[in-house]
Amino acid sequence: MVSLLDIIGPVMVGPSSSHTAGACRLGLLGRGLVSGTPEKAVLELHGSFARTGEGHGTDKALAAGLLGFKPDDERIRTALEIAEREGLDYRFEKAALGEEAHPNTVRMTLDHGDVHATLTGSSLGAGRILVTEIDGFPVEVTGSFHTIVMVAEDIPGSIARITGILAEHRINIATLRLTRKQRGGDAFIVIECDEPPGEGVRDEVRALSWVRWARRLDKVSGQ
Amino acid sequence: MYKSLAEAIRDAEGSGRTLSQTALDMESADQGRTVEDIRSVLARALGIMRGAVEQGMVGDLYSASGLVGGDAAKLRTGPPGPLAGTPFRDVLARALAVQEVNAAMGVIVAAPTAGGAGVLPAVLTGLAASKGFSDDKLVDALAAAGLIGAVIAERASLSGAEGGCQAETGAGAAMAAGSATEMLGGTPSQAGHAIALTLQGMLGLVCDPLGGLVELPCVFRNATGSAIALAGIEMALAGVTFAIPVDEVIDVMGEIGREMDVRYRETAGGGLAATPTGRRLARERLYQIKRGG
Repeated sequence: MVSLLDIIGPVMVGPSSSHTAGACRLGLLGRGLVSGTPEKAVLELHGSFARTGEGHGTDKALAAGLLGFKPDDERIRTALEIAEREGLDYRFEKAALGEEAHPNTVRMTLDHGDVHATLTGSSLGAGRILVTEIDGFPVEVTGSFHTIVMVAEDIPGSIARITGILAEHRINIATLRLTRKQRGGDAFIVIECDEPPGEGVRDEVRALSWVRWARRLDKVSGQ
Repeated sequence: MYKSLAEAIRDAEGSGRTLSQTALDMESADQGRTVEDIRSVLARALGIMRGAVEQGMVGDLYSASGLVGGDAAKLRTGPPGPLAGTPFRDVLARALAVQEVNAAMGVIVAAPTAGGAGVLPAVLTGLAASKGFSDDKLVDALAAAGLIGAVIAERASLSGAEGGCQAETGAGAAMAAGSATEMLGGTPSQAGHAIALTLQGMLGLVCDPLGGLVELPCVFRNATGSAIALAGIEMALAGVTFAIPVDEVIDVMGEIGREMDVRYRETAGGGLAATPTGRRLARERLYQIKRGG
């Protein structure tokens, strides 16, 4: 659902809402996925991101997002220098991610401490983004909500337990998706929430023996 | 949010509301936020828009490549043309100003996108200044503009990479035309005709920036897009109607965008970007950017 505030916005550093602001938001989600500034980031740019990214500051904006800067942060202009100072070892590559991929797509491979993750996301225009892959699982994350992503054993009652924890903390669920690669294999769960899940939710979810890992991606879109 | 402008216009006129009020009520219901809260976000956007207009009017900003900058100031202080002293010339200057700020990596409001961010603030703040309208009226107009943009996002596209320049400055011009028509006292139906009259004049416009940078022709397209929006507003307020319904004009904009060759969708493979001079400038200027200016 498109919000009129998504159209009259974002407030951002130019020059391109898809190549600069959208790229920054994708970087922010990547940062959330590994819970902090990664030490190492390989960023594969596809389509228009690859062809016109440099002149649009796409490289600066992706690095800025990984550093935790928001799209209206004027430090975006010097984000590559800041990344070098802060120990973010980045590498940009041009990649062909297939005919199906949106023209403005990036695939990130990120390492932070012992967390390793991949994320593929696209910038749809007007600063709107869509993450389509996390760690090989197909997902749809818009960044317009506070999002929980987790990998859990595929056992009966897992969703009931997790939604129970959210209900206890009075967190309302906007969308919930479960995907799995095979029956009995790991399930990948994406929950978009209206309210930000706090540390209490995180600790209770992580304490479940059948949850392999769980992370919170902060809302990056919307005003 | 609405997926059809015809429906929004029907709702507004059926209940005696403006498009702005209809947009705010729908957004409030969709997002679970008060109208006051939504208006405060729009008021902040208005402040940023004004700041960009003022910053760009000074004339001391240049883009990374040096290809654009300083032209808003020429319209402000340069020799007069036939439209000197009219809101028309002022609107052109404001559109250039915002885009010059954007190209220099300054702070703007992407409405609907950064590449098309000059039209809406130029038309709305320019016309409001000429009439002495309050900020409240401008905030209302931004709500209507958001509704128009949301319908275009839903039915067509707001991305140059997907739909060409018609989807960016074209959408910006449509948003400006509809919202300004209502701000100036037009009915929701007249706003609908202003949108259709404006967008029909932007159909087929390709996205062909030199070197792929949001600079040339983008800065100037925002000025000419504003001019087309002013034409749409003037005609609609005079009672001119457009026979093709506004939703169908938007749909066909999306269709043309999907059919557009990839060279004309922000890839710098065609149009002005692929002219001999366009290619040469991109080569020289991109080299300059890589060397750090």
